[in-house]
Amino acid sequence: MKTKDPVLKAMVLEFQKQRDYLNKERIETIYFGGGTPSLLEEHEIQLLLDAARENFEVSPTAEVTMECNPDDLNPTKLEELKRLGINRLSIGIQSFRDEDLKLMNRAHKANEATRCVREAQSAGFDNITIDLIYAIPNLSQEAWIKNVDQAIALGVQHVSSYCLTFEDGTAFGKWVNAGSMHQVEDDEASEQFLTLVERLHDAGIEQYEVSNFARKGYESKHNSAYWNNTTYLGIGPSAHSFNGNSRQWNVAHNVRYSKAFAEGLNWYEKEILTPAAQFNEYIMTGLRTVKGIDLGRIRDDFNIDLASANVELIQGMHDRKEVIFAGDQMSLTKKGLLRADAIASDFFIIES
Amino acid sequence: MKNTRNFCIIAHIDHGKSTLADRLLHKTGTISDRDLQEQTLDDMDIERERGITIKSHAIQMKHSADGEEYILNLIDTPGHVDFSYEVSRSIAACEGALLIVDASQGIEAQTISNLYLAIEHDLEIIPILNKMDLDSANPEEVTDQIVDLIGCSPDDVIPASGKTGMGVDEILHAIIHRIKAPVGDPNGQLQAMVFDSVYNSFRGIIAYYRIMNGRLKKGDRIKFINTEREYYADEIGVLGMGLIPRTMLEAGNVGYIITGVKDAKEIKVGDTLTLSNDPCKTAIKGFEDVKPMVFAGIYPVDTEEYEELRSSMEKLQLNDASLVFEPESSAALGFGFRCGFLGMLHMEIIQERLEREFAMTVITTVPNVSYKAYVKNGTMIELHNPSDMPNPSSMDYIEEPYIVAQIISKSEYVGAVMTLCIEKRGELKNQVYLTSNRVELTFEMPLGEVVFDFYDKLKTVSRGYASFDYFTADYRKSDLVKLDIMLNGDPVDALSALIHKDHAFDLGKRICLKLKQLIPRQQFMIALQASIGAKIIARETITAVRKDVTAKCYGGDISRKRKLLEKQKKGKKRMRQVGRIEVPQEAFLAVLKLND
Ligand SMILES: Nc1nc2c(ncn2[C@@H]2O[C@H](COP(=O)(O)OP(=O)(O)OP(=O)(O)O)[C@@H](O)[C@H]2O)c(=O)[nH]1
Ligand SMILES: [Mg+2]
Repeated sequence: MKTKDPVLKAMVLEFQKQRDYLNKERIETIYFGGGTPSLLEEHEIQLLLDAARENFEVSPTAEVTMECNPDDLNPTKLEELKRLGINRLSIGIQSFRDEDLKLMNRAHKANEATRCVREAQSAGFDNITIDLIYAIPNLSQEAWIKNVDQAIALGVQHVSSYCLTFEDGTAFGKWVNAGSMHQVEDDEASEQFLTLVERLHDAGIEQYEVSNFARKGYESKHNSAYWNNTTYLGIGPSAHSFNGNSRQWNVAHNVRYSKAFAEGLNWYEKEILTPAAQFNEYIMTGLRTVKGIDLGRIRDDFNIDLASANVELIQGMHDRKEVIFAGDQMSLTKKGLLRADAIASDFFIIES
Repeated sequence: MKNTRNFCIIAHIDHGKSTLADRLLHKTGTISDRDLQEQTLDDMDIERERGITIKSHAIQMKHSADGEEYILNLIDTPGHVDFSYEVSRSIAACEGALLIVDASQGIEAQTISNLYLAIEHDLEIIPILNKMDLDSANPEEVTDQIVDLIGCSPDDVIPASGKTGMGVDEILHAIIHRIKAPVGDPNGQLQAMVFDSVYNSFRGIIAYYRIMNGRLKKGDRIKFINTEREYYADEIGVLGMGLIPRTMLEAGNVGYIITGVKDAKEIKVGDTLTLSNDPCKTAIKGFEDVKPMVFAGIYPVDTEEYEELRSSMEKLQLNDASLVFEPESSAALGFGFRCGFLGMLHMEIIQERLEREFAMTVITTVPNVSYKAYVKNGTMIELHNPSDMPNPSSMDYIEEPYIVAQIISKSEYVGAVMTLCIEKRGELKNQVYLTSNRVELTFEMPLGEVVFDFYDKLKTVSRGYASFDYFTADYRKSDLVKLDIMLNGDPVDALSALIHKDHAFDLGKRICLKLKQLIPRQQFMIALQASIGAKIIARETITAVRKDVTAKCYGGDISRKRKLLEKQKKGKKRMRQVGRIEVPQEAFLAVLKLND
């Protein structure tokens, strides 16, 4: 083994132990994410890619994404990533405004964000995704439009966009509770989101899931897997895996994770999914996508006729222009997508 | 029969009845070490969770003394005022009562009221000074209180502890020697009084009775005098830790009968059971009808479950003879039942039992007492529901029920107790020092002020050192107004309440605020208004949700999010559609939760 880092060592071991988890299926996507994988050195990334290829059959055309912070990227690093075979970059830009970045406690500056996208493009990356955050306090509608336009002007292929959330326990949550910060009103947040959808559409970047937008052919294979019930294996501390009827998640703590491997202990918790849970997950993730859910598949896999079991519900959604049908495919309109969670939960099966 | 003793255990709440029952069950070997737990007789889940007795519980014990074997039928009773009907029915099946007094608390309000019930029925009273193991026990003073109250000799008071087992032998001795054997003629015509019953989904209705005269054999053709229905006694027996079948029971004993009847309406607590071919001439005097103190509507959340709710309530009524109900309908909620309860705890327990034992999901509406509305033409209308209030223009005046409240408190809390009572529109009638530091206060107060949160508040202001009992007095003219709540301009009858004029503004405002917290945001804006007649006195708005979707949903988020949405859906199943608005179950009781 070529590394001294106990976490990486453990990850290599995890690859070996889990080599049968995906039933020998061919790997179509690899994703380096969570935390700051771009801090890894070249040989460390190589080590993990080798471990993947030694234990799995990785498709030569696989999508290989690396999550990066703008401040970790420079021409040398980008060249290195290119050499390693990374063919997609996910850059955590979040905003092109310094005041937003400061508020969200980001390490980079707005000009670094623009710079690193340009450098990545010069280094030959032609599949770049960036993320943009909306509903930031003091982010006016005009400033938001400028942010979106800047992303379009940079010519990225893919955008993910998230609403700033104020969860209890986070610093934001505390400020909101203490009254020193105001959460952006629902109406304003929706307005920003709809503006985003519209402007990206005009630029040829289409929404294909609640928070994901791409030029044709650049939809993330990796993200899509989560919403299509595809199986996946996560390697490393706090990584999640899914094999069709169970989910498991690794211990989150680096030291406990590597210790588990060193001592031969169990490193994950597992949850078996009942048929109802599988159904609910399919509805929940499926309705988030523009493609929607396949009623034929629901009949085959779950023996449920969704439309006739929810006549009133669907009628109401229809009246509110939240749903469209195309054959067996049921999907949400732009308006419906704004309420995708609430709508999904209405279709849920609840076991007592 | 001469070796049978029937007795109940009575006391103020929490003085240790059920714990002392454990000691008796253990001592007599009725229960094995393995089955013994704390308050074994509190076998309903709600009783165990809340740590209080709700139902009387009869159990038979065997005990040998002086070379003879005795049959002891014990009935443990609840102490909370709301369940005093359970106590009074138990008393009717007994010749003696163990009156338990907590040696650290002394005589409290229900000690007195339960004692009077027992004395009225000529029961032999065995006073017991319980919790003697506590450092705070005050045996001399409390013994004096007991002697004063029942006029016994200090030697008659048995010091005991349900914790250590102290005094248990003396108690058993007293039960055998001081309580009279039941009188009655085993050779006479069968006459048995039904004092309780329960619905069992496998076996049908099980009725509990005390035989006054005669014998009952398995297989007998029997008859209930009031309902005039006849059945075969498929199974009879006595109540041990469970049902113990017997082939014959005779006068003086307490037992059960199963006839296979499943329809709740066919059996009535208080009825007399006899033999078809040789019926007794007279029915035993049944129980007095209960007088409900509080009324509220109970509605199914799912309108299609109305009939199921009715049958569940009938079954529940078998086991809770103090529940009364009649059908009613509400513009907002459709068909349901107006129910009468003995108090707020009783109401809560009924709702909980309907949900647990019968899997019903129900809405309980704002409770109220009963009012008398006098119309200008001189007629009087008794109101059990604010929506039945006549048009104000045709009304002359309205009366509300008053009670006489007796509060016993440590003297240092008298000031706080008085302040509370006056806030609740009470009027002090009498103040007596029972001892140098115990005071009995007598107040006249509107029942409507007492049933809601008075009891809890009294406990708070007196740090648990005040107890309270009441009886209804009369109706008095009062300045009451009807407070209506409107959702998007439509009045919701189930949320209306009659309120004293002086409290109306404040309450209207607080109810609107509370509803704003309880009703989730929906796809449209909701206007909440409180009004008196045509006058709007408070308003709030719940803004519309436009967006209800979390941004991220990747690997690790999926199961967390699914669970969250599953929870949401479960919550929604407990909501009731009023017009277009989904109103959660608990919002209908918002008035009661203004202080939370
Ligand atoms: N120290 C001490 N605690 C006791 C004794 N008897 C009962 N307790 C405690 O007092 C509390 C009430 O006891 P219960 O036996 O449930 O009282 P109860 O009179 O049956 O109460 P209700 O049926 O609800 O009226 C419990 O926490 C018991 O553990 C005793 O002799 N000594
Ligand atoms: Mg008890």
